[in-house]
Amino acid sequence: MKRFFAQLYLWILLLVLYAPLAFIAVCSFTESKVLGNWKGFSVQLYSNLLTGDMQGNSSLLVAVQNTLLIALAAALVATLLGTVAAIGIHNLSGRKRGAITFLNSIPMINPDVITGVSLFLLFVFLHVGQGFLTVILAHITFCTPYVVLSVLPKLRQLNPNTYEAALDLGATPSQALRKVMIPQLKGGMISGFMLAFTMSLDDFAVTFFTRGTVGLETLSTYIYADARKGGLTPELRPLMTLIFLLVLVVLLVVNLRQEKNKKNEPVI
Amino acid sequence: MKMTKRSQWALPYVIFLGLFVVLPLFLVLVYAFQDGAGRFTFSNITRFFTDRDALSTFALSLEVAIENTAICILIGYPAAWILANRKLNRSAVTIVLFIIPMWVNALMRTLATAELFNMMGLQLGKGTLIFGMVYDYLPFMIYPIYNILERMDKSYAEAAADLGADSWTVFRKVTLPLSLPGVASGVLMVFMPTVSTFAISEFLTNNRIKLFGTIIQENINSSMWNYGAALSLIMLIIIGITSLLTGGDKEEQMEGGMV
Repeated sequence: MKRFFAQLYLWILLLVLYAPLAFIAVCSFTESKVLGNWKGFSVQLYSNLLTGDMQGNSSLLVAVQNTLLIALAAALVATLLGTVAAIGIHNLSGRKRGAITFLNSIPMINPDVITGVSLFLLFVFLHVGQGFLTVILAHITFCTPYVVLSVLPKLRQLNPNTYEAALDLGATPSQALRKVMIPQLKGGMISGFMLAFTMSLDDFAVTFFTRGTVGLETLSTYIYADARKGGLTPELRPLMTLIFLLVLVVLLVVNLRQEKNKKNEPVI
Repeated sequence: MKMTKRSQWALPYVIFLGLFVVLPLFLVLVYAFQDGAGRFTFSNITRFFTDRDALSTFALSLEVAIENTAICILIGYPAAWILANRKLNRSAVTIVLFIIPMWVNALMRTLATAELFNMMGLQLGKGTLIFGMVYDYLPFMIYPIYNILERMDKSYAEAAADLGADSWTVFRKVTLPLSLPGVASGVLMVFMPTVSTFAISEFLTNNRIKLFGTIIQENINSSMWNYGAALSLIMLIIIGITSLLTGGDKEEQMEGGMV
């Protein structure tokens, strides 16, 4: 009985959480221009989106492309920078370590608006023209701390002698790094990369302040501009539905498989 | 010797942090105390404290953020507790279902929520704003609490039960106090973004209600950088206080946990 009510509570919450997503998904199967109007079943929006024939809305595809490019570049650099930094931090102790860990936590605690405004002021101060590059730099700034925190626990589990042993056996430091260290840190680096990638994809405020006036749009800024104009591009509905289904299937498959292997840690 | 050498690997990141974290925050401070011509002034700060609109927006933002955080705890704690309880919830996959909506663009989700409110004939205003915020941030409260409850050593609760405590006493005296760090990190992850949010509040209220983040954005966008910086500085102070109060250390919650 207790279990029944507990489950009921969870499923009611989930129902509420998924209602807007279901709403978008349902509305993706009608051609109406306005979200919420039903003008009969149609897959026209899907075919528009998949063929790229957007009837004057082709800037949506450019925005999606920019979002992916920025996220990929930012996550790659953040993973490299963060991993190297984590190795350094791991070998530090005392006050220096404390100071770096504190600095590392600032971008995570800072709200997006503050990160965005402060970086905007930096680029103005340095007279750097804002655009693609400044957005990527800004994204690296708020992504790297998460990589550092994903790699640090892996370093703690690592036997420090393996690296030294490789050196003693004649490996150069770069060989020892590539063949001994990196393989053992790979798990932390991958989860750091994934976290950085998704944080970058979802960002709105930081991009908004650091993209300058060159007309650079990511998915978030595109939706914002669209909503302010008073009408969302209809093709956003199938796009969001597809993204949602992709994430749903991937995460459920990965987690169900993990559960089968009797590991209870969810992968998110 | 090799160990000390490898500690230098932190150097590139330290330089990066100096340039992209410390210097920008320092610039917020500098701009906040300058006028348009670069002279030192207190006028930006005094302007905020004499500006009725800005002050009431600030108060409203704090109020909305506190209410949102409180509701998220009230709804989220029982959910996290059920999710972490193996007897009530056998599958670890259910928690994943709570996180998946986060992968869909937040603005898009918010717009769909607002549209649903419209269709239900609800007047967009403060009520819908709070509901929408709870909807957006609830998973950020559930997840850290779930994490700490899941990893908690169950033998404390068992020992308390063996010593004769009933299940409510066990919860009140053992489980709840041990899970407070998770609540603190949830508060950090919900309160901070809500107090500073922009766009989301406009969408949820059809531009009727502005929050503090929106005012900062409007000032920066209309080239009132100095006043915008002063407002950012005030928000930074609020954030500093909150993270001190909650023991603001995301690191322990984060490590090996989030992904």
